[in-house]
Parts: sequence; C-alpha cells; structure tokens
Amino acid sequence: MDVKVRYFASLRDRMGKGDESVSFDKDTATVADLWSKVSSEPMPESILVAVNMEYTDSSHELKNGDEVAFFPPVTGG
Amino acid sequence: MKVFITKDALDPYKEILDYENTALPAGKHGGVVSFVGTMRDFNDGQDVNAMDLDYYPGMTERHIERVIQEASDEWDVMDALVVHRVGKMVPTDPIVLVAVWSAHRKDSFDACRYIINYLKESAPFWKCEVTTSGEKHWVEHNSEDPGAAARKGLKKSA
Repeated sequence: MDVKVRYFASLRDRMGKGDESVSFDKDTATVADLWSKVSSEPMPESILVAVNMEYTDSSHELKNGDEVAFFPPVTGG
Repeated sequence: MKVFITKDALDPYKEILDYENTALPAGKHGGVVSFVGTMRDFNDGQDVNAMDLDYYPGMTERHIERVIQEASDEWDVMDALVVHRVGKMVPTDPIVLVAVWSAHRKDSFDACRYIINYLKESAPFWKCEVTTSGEKHWVEHNSEDPGAAARKGLKKSA
C-alpha cells in the first residue's frame, strides 16, 4: 500500500521536506503507523491530521492512494 | 459562490465590483457587506516587518466553500466571494476579502461575520512572521479563540 504524505508550516521545516511517498508491506495501516514510519519521535499531541483533505485522528485506517497531511494548529488567515 | 487563493497583490474593492458586475443579476440584491483584512505591523507585542502565509492547496478552498455553504443554510445569502492572499506580504497589504450579497442587510452582516470568524479561527492557514530584527518564526498560537463564534451565538439557530 502506498500513501502520499504532506507536511505544512513548522512541521515542513522540522521534517526537512514538504511531501514524500510512503510504502507499507501490509494492506492495512493507521495514521499512527504512518507517523512511526516517517519519524522516530512520538507524534506531538498538538499535530493535526487530515486524510484526503478531511480532518481525522491517528486511529484512521489508511487506504492505498490516500493523501495524508500532518500540520501544526492553524493560525488563521 | 467563489473562493480563490492567490499569491498576487489583492485589490479587494475591485474584486467586489468585478464579481458583482459579472456574477450577480442586476437589481436583485439589496446590498453587499464586505470585510477586508489587512496586515498589521505588530503581533503579540512584537513589531512585524513581513509575513509569509502558508496554506494547504485544495483543502483550504474546500473548507472555506463548506463554511460559505453553512452560512447560506443559516441566512438568506444570494452570493458570496472570498479571496485570500498567501505567500509573502508586508504591513498594509490586504490579506483577505469576504463579501456577501443578500436581499436584506441583516443576512449579509451575519453571514459575513460567520465566514470571517471561521477564516480567522479555523481555516488551514499558517503564519510565518519576520520581525524587524530579521528573525523568522512560525506563529504557534492563534490569537483568535477557536470556538468563540459558536459561543457568541452568531449562528441563527444558537
């Protein structure tokens, strides 16, 4: 299973990239599984997650082709 | 309804006129209420020289369109326009325009306030400020209070 991952704002700086592709050997994985693949640090509590541009949480089950975004709390326009 | 996000300089009053002249039938609306947000030269007690606004292309527009739809479900809105600037900007630059047309003023005022409150509190935008000393930092805390709009009973049903 392959997913596209995007990072925004301070998290983009911290990860050193704006996006990446991640492959899993298995067919099921959650957002939490994905985070542990892209970072050695625990997922900060304040980080927000969107899957296919809708807010969700770290227990969300991912599907092949999903776009997952991690970002800090929004600071408004 | 129209939502667009641009890296170009924004002329909000021209946008209102252009949209009104092209998208709205003449003589049907009783007025337009608009909010134009401009960049301040201070935030949290610090002088700010410039700002770089980040957003999530696709998600940001989708969520703004949804909040316009919510406002249209609550109030008698004929049409609405939101233009938001992103990227680099300096104090006095217009950042955001919300314009709402309706037959009667109350619907326009209420819907416009609902939409701009959402934009300031919850829309996917992130501010990176450059202070007068040249220091860049991501704004970590929203100076707006998320959820305040709901508590203030701005929705008609609340």
